[in-house]
Amino acid sequence: MIDHKHIGRVLPSYEVEVEKGRLRFFAKAIGETNPIFIDEQAARAAGHPSLPIPPTFLFTLEREHSHRFDYLQMLGADLHQVLHGEQSFVYHKVIHAGDTVIFEPRIADIYDKKGGALEFIALETVVKDKQGAPVAELRSLIVLRHGEGSRNA
Amino acid sequence: MPDLKLGSLQVGDEIPSLTTDPIKRVTLALFAGASGDHNPIHVDVDFAREAGLDDVFAHGMLSMAYAGRLLTNCVPPEALRSFQVRFVAITHIHDRLTCTGTITEQFEQNGEKLLRLRVAAADQNGEVKIKGEAVIAVP
Repeated sequence: MIDHKHIGRVLPSYEVEVEKGRLRFFAKAIGETNPIFIDEQAARAAGHPSLPIPPTFLFTLEREHSHRFDYLQMLGADLHQVLHGEQSFVYHKVIHAGDTVIFEPRIADIYDKKGGALEFIALETVVKDKQGAPVAELRSLIVLRHGEGSRNA
Repeated sequence: MPDLKLGSLQVGDEIPSLTTDPIKRVTLALFAGASGDHNPIHVDVDFAREAGLDDVFAHGMLSMAYAGRLLTNCVPPEALRSFQVRFVAITHIHDRLTCTGTITEQFEQNGEKLLRLRVAAADQNGEVKIKGEAVIAVP
């Protein structure tokens, strides 16, 4: 069982620059055809200073920079049992290629169900811009499945 | 950009659905690179078999990204207020997902007109893979 003493634990914050090329690569990978996400002229015509980020892109930056699996291991989680159960985003402002954002993650909750067969870890991350203005809040619910044949997602 | 008359949508109405191409192995390879999720369970069949699976399977966040396209095909990104999903089933290679959004509530908050949508993505057999909701601002 994961020790509940970690609830509320603040994880190191980090700063990430949103890269234009990465946004185009992401757009290609998800089959995006909406020109505002690919073509700067179309983005500007729609009132954006540069390419806007798609709705789930902040998760990509978090996934890549947060070392979230290191933290799960630190908590004692077996990564073979890890599933991504839920993901949510609350949006405050759209950011664009060239912007730098700051991620402030913490372990918001740890609980279990079914007599401990399922454990849940909620990671919450506040995202701000360089001026400290709120950009978004992300919440990931990580599920650890004990016992039965486990897979990771 | 959107030509949809959002203001005239009523509870129960659907926004235009989005159906993806069948998910190929190269789709998952590209998404692994672009999304930064390099978990081999999604791209390396040897690893998947060692883990007791028949094959690799799609990233949950790929399905959520498709559902995000459904939303931004309908409203500009600055109109999105929230978006959340539960991953309820594994998406397999060759699945073709159809993402749908149905208006469930019209409400106002902080002087803003908002629509709540039930969002889902299901495969070609109708099996639901992700379900959740989004809130969008209406001009």
